[in-house]
Amino acid sequence: MADVVALREASTRHKGASQAIAGSFGHKVRRNLSAYGFLIGAILCFTFFSWYPIVREVIMSFQKAVYGGGYAWAGWVNYTRIFHDPTFWQAWRNTLEFTLLALVIGYAVPFCVAIVLNELRHARGYLRVLVYLPVMLPPASALLLFAYFYNPQYGLFDDILRTLHLPISQWVFQPGTGFVSTAMISVVIASTWMNMGGATLVYLAALQNIPGDLYEAAELDGAGLFSRIRHITIPQTKLILIMLLMLQIVATMQMFVESFVLTNGGGGVGNNTQSVVMLIYQYAFAMSGASNYDSASALGVILMLVLAVFSGGFLWVTRERRA
Amino acid sequence: MAGLATVRTRVPQSRQPATATRTLISSSQLNRRRGKITYRVILTLVIVVFTVVFIGPMYFLFTDGLKSTQEAIATPPTLYPHHLHPSTYLQAWNRLDIAKLLWNTLYYAFGALAFQLVFDVAAAYSLSKLRPVLGNTIFFLMLATLMIPSTVLVVPQYITMASLPILHLNLIGSPEAIWLPSVANAFNIFLLKRFFDSIPTDYIDAAGIDGASRLKILWRIVLPISRPIMGVVSIFGLVGVWKDFLWPLLVEYGYSPTRETLNVGIWQAAVGTPQNLIIAASAMAAIPTIVFFLVFQRNIMAGLTAGGIRG
Repeated sequence: MADVVALREASTRHKGASQAIAGSFGHKVRRNLSAYGFLIGAILCFTFFSWYPIVREVIMSFQKAVYGGGYAWAGWVNYTRIFHDPTFWQAWRNTLEFTLLALVIGYAVPFCVAIVLNELRHARGYLRVLVYLPVMLPPASALLLFAYFYNPQYGLFDDILRTLHLPISQWVFQPGTGFVSTAMISVVIASTWMNMGGATLVYLAALQNIPGDLYEAAELDGAGLFSRIRHITIPQTKLILIMLLMLQIVATMQMFVESFVLTNGGGGVGNNTQSVVMLIYQYAFAMSGASNYDSASALGVILMLVLAVFSGGFLWVTRERRA
Repeated sequence: MAGLATVRTRVPQSRQPATATRTLISSSQLNRRRGKITYRVILTLVIVVFTVVFIGPMYFLFTDGLKSTQEAIATPPTLYPHHLHPSTYLQAWNRLDIAKLLWNTLYYAFGALAFQLVFDVAAAYSLSKLRPVLGNTIFFLMLATLMIPSTVLVVPQYITMASLPILHLNLIGSPEAIWLPSVANAFNIFLLKRFFDSIPTDYIDAAGIDGASRLKILWRIVLPISRPIMGVVSIFGLVGVWKDFLWPLLVEYGYSPTRETLNVGIWQAAVGTPQNLIIAASAMAAIPTIVFFLVFQRNIMAGLTAGGIRG
């Protein structure tokens, strides 16, 4: 800390000199050179692994591989081909189903949990650790455990149903492609268990920032518990609620590992838990025969556009509410 | 009398350590007889439900690995191992070569962390304090990548990795295939830059005039002040690589199963390995993360709330 004080004194002493130096042209060039020296590692990594792949994906989606190597322009061929693939439509439908179910099950739950936790005066540290613990597990560990619970022969969940004299279920391998299928609900349950901790803790922090006077005033005005939640808690945490809504939708649209591990890479019975990212993976890396990077790129471009349009539109629509 | 009064006022405070500010329900309402009973009931309910929901599965994660194969797939499942088989863990360790998987994962995770710390800190320092021409444009382009999640880009990223433009290197199967893309993390740069922005420029100017090089300023002045944010970035950097699935599946497992990570390794072994071994392996894969979390709990939770939101 003594150094810092010394530095501050030095800085006031040399302020005039510093301005004079900053003005000279040679100094500017040298400053920029060294600034780019510090930046170059990150710029190269972003160029090779982020910016260039974005451009490359768009280009590849309009190309086709030529026998003997190289690429040729192919127009919309890749797009029309995947539009004619029934799995494409099913994957999109499943992904939307997952996103909606995850919203119904997974979006409200962390908020309610956070409200309850915030009211408790005891065991808060313990409960916070509990909620966040699954987030830290390697996803394969957590999902293989759920696959074990879901097992129709020796799984724990069917045993609970049997004990309660309820009809047993095949869980993730339950056939049926209705919009709210048992298979997809099973995936959402595992996913929510794994992921809800992060959102809960973010909400909890937001709730702790609400000034207590607001509740006090509302109570004096005769507002009941639910009216206090509606008129104070929700408006006060609006920004976080809106941002997490967007982040959750964007994250769940990219569902991959949950269904991939639970169904062992298969996408469920009749592809009923196949997601868009799984289909990208299958087009590119797991199809029998030659891997088809072009179809995968076309699908990637569509998903990229959907996500970008969604998040851009979402931010635009909510711009006033967020202010 | 006065002593009694202070005792009386202090008792509720010591019993309610967390009520610094008023929340949805007032303390006075909780202190009423009915409030107290309701509170006790809800508290007990919440603790029981949370323990069952979150510790319950963990309990099976650790105890089912102690069962024999027959017991692990018995119908109905047993709630605790009737015959303890701790050797299951040893068998799983040997059969899945967990030591190798663990070493690979640690190697990738700490390597990625080192690359991230060096390049992202340098970049954030440059953007924040050296302010080069076009710096803001570069920063904006970096932030723009947050809108396009990397899962969407797996195919072109994989192809780029298989043949780097200009350099014509094939990095598939090498640890750099995980290390280098981890540097392209706009969120890290954003967090670091925001923190560096809050360090007064005076310090840096003064040191510069006293003849310190820019690297020395970064090392001696900026970094020591930035320990909290470096902690947050490091923790999430490690956890990110540890939890990643699709990318290591493609670039490491796809190249050679000997290079796979723990996360991919136990998934890959799940077919054709007895159930009790798989659960024991999953438990062993979970132990390092649980220990890591319990040790760095405070930093992780502070990072979640201070650093904003991380998916």
